[in-house]
Amino acid sequence: MGNLVIAAALLLLLGFAYQQGFARSLSLAAEARKEGRRLHSRPRYHGTLVAIWVLLPTLLVLGLWALLETSALRALIVGMLPPEVAGLEGRQLDSAIARIRALASGYGVAGEVADYEQAAAEHLSLIQNLAFLLVLAAAAGLGLLALFAAKRRISLALRARDHVEKAVRILLMLCSAVAILTTAGIVLSLFNESIRFFSFVNPIDFFFGEIWNPGFATTGSAAIGRYGLLPLLWGTVMVAVIAMLVALPVGLMTAIYLSQYAPHKVRTVVKPVIEILAGIPTIVYGFFALVTVGPFLSALGAAIGLDIRSTSALTAGMVMGIMLIPFISSLSDDILRQVPLALRDGSLGLGATQSETIRRVLLPAALPGIVGAFLLAVSRAIGETMIVVMAAGNSPVLRLNPAEPVSTVTVTIVNQLTGDSDFAGPQSLVGFALGLTLFAITLLLNILALFIVRRFREQYD
Amino acid sequence: MTSLFRSSLQGVAAPPTALEAGDGYQTVRTPDPKAKPTRLSAHDVCVFYGDKQALENVSIDIPERSVSALIGPSGCGKSTFLRCLNRMNDTIEGARVTGEITLDGENLYSPQVDVVELRARIGMVFQKPNPFPKSIFENVAYGPKIHGLARSKSELEEIVVTSLKRAGLFEEVKDRLHAPGTGLSGGQQQRLCIARAIAVGPEVILMDEPCSALDPIATSIIEELIDELRENYTIIIVTHSMQQAARVSQKTAFFHLGKLIEEGPTERIFTNPRDKKTQDYITGRIG
Amino acid sequence: MTDSFTVSSSGAERRRARIRAGLGRRHLFERIFRGLGVLAILIALALVGSLFWMVISKGYPAFTQANLETEVYFDPDIIKVDPPPQQQPGQSAADFRAQRLAWQRQVTMSNWNRVVEQAVRAAVPPGLEITAREATALVDAGERHRLRDIFVENPGLLGERLPFTMLASADVDNWLKGTIDRDLPDERQQLSPATRALADQLLESGAIQFKFAWHIFTNVDSRSAPASAGLAGGLVGSLYMMLVVVLLAVPIGVASAIYLEEFAPKNRLTDLIEVNINNLAAVPSIVFGLFGAAVFIKYIGLPLSAPIVGGLVLTLMTLPTIIIATRSSLRAVPPSLRQAALGLGASRTQMVFHHVLPVTLPGILTATIIGVAQALGETAPLLLIGMNAFVAAVPGTPFDQSTALPAQIYLWQGNENRNFFEARTSAAIMVLLTLMITMNAIAVLLRQRLERLK
Repeated sequence: MGNLVIAAALLLLLGFAYQQGFARSLSLAAEARKEGRRLHSRPRYHGTLVAIWVLLPTLLVLGLWALLETSALRALIVGMLPPEVAGLEGRQLDSAIARIRALASGYGVAGEVADYEQAAAEHLSLIQNLAFLLVLAAAAGLGLLALFAAKRRISLALRARDHVEKAVRILLMLCSAVAILTTAGIVLSLFNESIRFFSFVNPIDFFFGEIWNPGFATTGSAAIGRYGLLPLLWGTVMVAVIAMLVALPVGLMTAIYLSQYAPHKVRTVVKPVIEILAGIPTIVYGFFALVTVGPFLSALGAAIGLDIRSTSALTAGMVMGIMLIPFISSLSDDILRQVPLALRDGSLGLGATQSETIRRVLLPAALPGIVGAFLLAVSRAIGETMIVVMAAGNSPVLRLNPAEPVSTVTVTIVNQLTGDSDFAGPQSLVGFALGLTLFAITLLLNILALFIVRRFREQYD
Repeated sequence: MTSLFRSSLQGVAAPPTALEAGDGYQTVRTPDPKAKPTRLSAHDVCVFYGDKQALENVSIDIPERSVSALIGPSGCGKSTFLRCLNRMNDTIEGARVTGEITLDGENLYSPQVDVVELRARIGMVFQKPNPFPKSIFENVAYGPKIHGLARSKSELEEIVVTSLKRAGLFEEVKDRLHAPGTGLSGGQQQRLCIARAIAVGPEVILMDEPCSALDPIATSIIEELIDELRENYTIIIVTHSMQQAARVSQKTAFFHLGKLIEEGPTERIFTNPRDKKTQDYITGRIG
Repeated sequence: MTDSFTVSSSGAERRRARIRAGLGRRHLFERIFRGLGVLAILIALALVGSLFWMVISKGYPAFTQANLETEVYFDPDIIKVDPPPQQQPGQSAADFRAQRLAWQRQVTMSNWNRVVEQAVRAAVPPGLEITAREATALVDAGERHRLRDIFVENPGLLGERLPFTMLASADVDNWLKGTIDRDLPDERQQLSPATRALADQLLESGAIQFKFAWHIFTNVDSRSAPASAGLAGGLVGSLYMMLVVVLLAVPIGVASAIYLEEFAPKNRLTDLIEVNINNLAAVPSIVFGLFGAAVFIKYIGLPLSAPIVGGLVLTLMTLPTIIIATRSSLRAVPPSLRQAALGLGASRTQMVFHHVLPVTLPGILTATIIGVAQALGETAPLLLIGMNAFVAAVPGTPFDQSTALPAQIYLWQGNENRNFFEARTSAAIMVLLTLMITMNAIAVLLRQRLERLK
């Protein structure tokens, strides 16, 4: 309710400011026309400029209030409570405050209302109303002051359009800073929490440890557990390698067939169908692994006398490979189509068969691009979470056999952090150290891949 | 010109059956008494791209060990015809060729003919120099390698060196045979492509405007090379430059809107064209 | 020697012989290579096919569920409650609410299981003896709450009889659909032999019927009453998240694309931003989850499991997609249009907003929809901000605890009642995929339509 009033008042004020600026510049223009002079900018720019000048101080006041309101009122209520209540701890204090707020809002509370509560509530409601009016008045007053100042600045020569456009440009720039801030935020938060983790665990034990056994947070900080990264890293690598063994041949051959052999009609049908695979959420792949691929592999293994667990590195890797097929094929397809036709013609014109042309001319020419695509796919495989969470079996032990369950970095992040939010012990903080490791690895791969692909593009531009 | 071209294209887009009956155009031919014997010969060749007809009933004899030039305004079908001669049109989806092209009396389009072998016998040089992103040596060795022409490494080296020599490039690149072919200048690249074609040992070399991407000096070098090569190879060159056709060729064929208008000895075509359109083209009225 | 090889006619003969010798092998290889290409495509298509087949064949049956047609008697002997309280003049809202809650507690304390049991008995053919346990096992555990809620809404039903359709329990549904192996020995069956026989009999007599399970869309998740578990909470939670994404990611993304493409000076800083955005697009989604947990929940103090946090995290993830796509559609605007606008005296800003932006609208719209569709299916980051907690409520605001569609799928696939929830999960996946495919189809259609208008 209060927010609605403020929003409405703000809109009214802005509309008024715009109108004032508009009218002022128009009347100036009318006078000036007699002398043959003209406004530099059109009236609507003057209106907008005035509105911008009004918006800034009002937003500042309202923003400050929004930040301070909760803590200020809380302090006020605590001040009005009798000492034996104000001295209460945590949740009990919260509920005492909540009761007073509920009383003040007029909704009331169940049960007996203590006198001090009634008094505090009445006082609170008075102050709340006063504060609301005060803030509204302050915002409106500052806004009006700004309005008059801005209006007085309006002149024939005022480059209102330039100012407005500059404001727009600053706004656009701030928006593009969000992406940078996100990266910075990711790096900072990961670093921050990782450093806290490394105050519990020696980095050397983490990066080179061969045993992963973090214990449980509930056993207290005495049982710190062991946090060796290597089993997780090994599991990650194993799953990624299996995924690439599936995705690379199928994806690359698909791209080759679609870009070099397939008639136009086949291409227009098959390409989008395969790209459907790219749009399917990873949780669906995870379910596919769990319900179809895992049992299938396990049955297949039983048929040929191998013990394949239905949740294993093999299952997760194969399904991840399926997920990456469209990724590899559409990137490689793009890259193969960027290789100039003249090279293909040159080879065919010498009597090479199509496969000779592809293997000896097109693929070598496209190699950097394909390597880039491959690296991007590897980076995806390493960072992929849901498939491994559901299908890798979660067993953080160093094992060579891909038919056994493994655990990966991403799975462990999920396991250690699910549902936890205070991040006090190493059991949850390790998630951030793992995240930082993951981020560093994928970042390197991505930068390398983007660099290679960029070089490739420049070569044929 | 464009509107003329477009309307006539629509005109030729009639069903093929009507055209096979012959829509009554006659190529003006002037026999050359001095001409060498014919090895390559086209008869009633038509090309369709989808529903569009790009070439209409072209018949021509190409004499061996000489240079024949195909000239005409752009879009006239001269390159299309050239690409028919080693079946490069097969690589374009929707392209269809009818009629007959014979090499030593054997139809190139008969099912018994192997395209791979055919293209080894009829080589091609393209408009833009297109060396592979490999070394100079590997570029030239590519053809012999895929066809299994060399039995030993030294044999392969000999083929590469001889081909580079024939293409007049050897002296310029002998110190950097393993440098990338893409690092050469445009004219050198084109000669590299010619060397690459020669290395397979073709009987016929097709050249599709080989100088259009080159500067005048590189062009004159290539033209001299073509003149030398005709001693051993049958050469067919498509060119948009009439001067070039006049300088290098012994026989000229003039194409216009998918039709072969006139063919005959080069001197004769340029000094005394018999068809009005040929005359207009040569004097620069259409082009 | 070589000269003769390349030129002379005997050389030509030898050459042709050598070429011919290799042809068979080369053509064979060509065919194998081509065959491998076809094989790769067939594998890819078969995978798409089997994935959809798995989801649809498992999920489709979940959209119909067994229902028991019967009659409910709100027996005053079982439901022993006072008349519901009325608000007295002068009574505070909170006091009345407390009183009413006390009454509702009283209602809840009644033995609703007996009401359910009696209702089941009403449908059982006469002469068949069943125990109370067998009767209540027949219908979903949520039905007693539903009856209670109906009674709370309408206390006048006391002593009335009402024709009523009850949801059969998940075990009965499994049994009747054959989702559980009917030949399993008794000790591995979920239901007693008597209940199984009764279920079969009721199906035959028509008292149990399969009906479209609308409640999948209208109910919230439930653990104690699996048959009535639904997606409503997840759908609304996801809707809130998508709203946040659309409201934040689109304006910010488009604005930064415009800035980077049209205004930013080309220097090292913008180069860095460019690299940064490309990298952000490839950062694993779980890292965004970590960021959300550390920053939005721990430092800013937003609530766990709230769609607002999920929305913010997904916004940051979608941002690079929208920026990259918008930039490429801005880049595709022909320079002639820009020069024409500038030539007429428009400022750069005017040129961008009045001339360039309208042309790129289809591209931006498509990118937005595709980005949002992607965000809709994203699961991993949600696990770290508590969206996979069990929440049996439809969130009223984006700040309330909620689940989300993909998180609900994750929860269901891990449910111990595998026989039943495999189908439920597949059904939820069908809903998710339908939404995503619809969004993508809309994007494609919209682009075609808008491009035709131009």
